[in-house]
Amino acid sequence: MTKVTMIVNGKSRSAEAEGRTLLVDWLREGLRLTGTHVGCDTTQCGACIVHLNGEPVKACSVLAQEVDGAEVTTIEGIAGADGTLSAVQQAFQDYHGLQCGFCTPGMVMAATSLLRENPRPSEAEVRHYLEGNICRCTGYHNIVKAVMAASGQDVPAVAAE
Amino acid sequence: MYDFELVKPASLQEAIEAMQAEDAQALGGGQTLLPTMKARLAMADTLVALSAIEEIKGICTDDDGRLCIGGGTTHAMVQRDCAESFPALASLAGRIGDPAVRNRGTIGGSLANNDPSACYPAAALACNATIVTQNREIAADDYFLGMFTTALEEREIVTEVRFPVPEAAHYEKFIQPASRFPLVAVFVAKYSDAVRVAVTGASSDGVFRWNEAEAALSGNFSEDAVKGLSAPDADGMISDLHGDGAYRAHLVKVMCARAVKACA
Ligand SMILES: Cc1cc2nc3c(=O)[nH]c(=O)nc-3n(C[C@H](O)[C@H](O)[C@H](O)COP(=O)(O)OP(=O)(O)OC[C@H]3O[C@@H](n4cnc5c(N)ncnc54)[C@H](O)[C@@H]3O)c2cc1C
Ligand code: FES
Ligand code: FES
Repeated sequence: MTKVTMIVNGKSRSAEAEGRTLLVDWLREGLRLTGTHVGCDTTQCGACIVHLNGEPVKACSVLAQEVDGAEVTTIEGIAGADGTLSAVQQAFQDYHGLQCGFCTPGMVMAATSLLRENPRPSEAEVRHYLEGNICRCTGYHNIVKAVMAASGQDVPAVAAE
Repeated sequence: MYDFELVKPASLQEAIEAMQAEDAQALGGGQTLLPTMKARLAMADTLVALSAIEEIKGICTDDDGRLCIGGGTTHAMVQRDCAESFPALASLAGRIGDPAVRNRGTIGGSLANNDPSACYPAAALACNATIVTQNREIAADDYFLGMFTTALEEREIVTEVRFPVPEAAHYEKFIQPASRFPLVAVFVAKYSDAVRVAVTGASSDGVFRWNEAEAALSGNFSEDAVKGLSAPDADGMISDLHGDGAYRAHLVKVMCARAVKACA
């Protein structure tokens, strides 16, 4: 075991890690930050997305020791210090962008990155960007609406309606 | 995952030394290797992480005008930094997987792995890129030796990939939406003296050149030249629940015609 230290949600945090400890397990078990979810074993679902040095990555497919010293933002770091939801989080609530909520942390982290790179995406760009995030419940339309709303744009009537 | 020791060399020289350890394996972006290890389909005593080695990251142009991409360069960097110098390659990189995969996965890892459905092998073969390791330079024509098999020897690290930039090129990918890999994809590269066509996702031998299309397109670089050909032989094509060999063979022709049209 080796001690690994990162800046997590703005604070320096340390916990032990083996060579094989995944970033997601280090966060969930080492720091008890259980907002980041694990939805698959195959790097496909995106439930585990966090921001690593500002960029979205799948925390289930990064080794904790490898990124010792990095800056990480998890879903716990997205709301304001007083608990005020971010624009993306609020829009997920307003537009019913979640049902069971399992995929939601990854969806919010991915959508937050998208709006940082591209503040006014088209509906097609939203769908393209979220291709690595799988949702078993919503059918995606309300997630897309939430992201459009969070970007301050008109919310489209989607094809399926 | 079985346990292993992780080492993080800061220079290529240190990585070469670390790779001498018994049962050592390189770790690029981990986007293929880590899920494979989680499934216990792969194991190593030592993983040598390449991600801290700055000298094998980044993109530049050499004196011969070739685009040189460090083996540790991520798909996201190629997508962003080759958009002007080699748009077809940037577009290929920008369609690999999803944004999170592209932020970690590397060109060296993709070419070392040589998945029969991977994207980069098609670009490397269509451009006859040179794959550079710490020991030698390998022409793409001599590099791809079949599904998950390359000319790389154990402990060899892909440090750079050099692409002669074509006059016109396009990568046409028919996506398999569940995996995000191509079901079939074709890279067409037109040079002043030759046209090269590489196909991925189709053959159970991995990436290959479609010689008939190259011959037809060298005389007449048009969609019609492709439409006049018969599809390649379906024997030896991958058959699975997503599509049988005949379907894949048909897609090769359709993707090739679309790629040529997009070059015009
Ligand atoms: C959800 C998902 C979707 C994907 N979609 C696509 C797609 O559409 N198209 C596509 O082409 N790929 C796709 N991939 C694969 C992705 O591109 C991987 O990043 C890539 O195949 C492997 O690169 P890596 O850097 O992650 O390598 P790793 O996973 O770290 O390593 C893969 C292999 O290469 C070796 N290796 C790594 N780097 C080097 C090096 N520099 N020199 C020598 N050996 C090395 C390792 O030892 C290992 O054997 C997808 C992956 C996922 C998870
Ligand atoms: S848990 Fe990371 S992609 Fe599914
Ligand atoms: S809300 Fe249930 S998986 Fe997306």
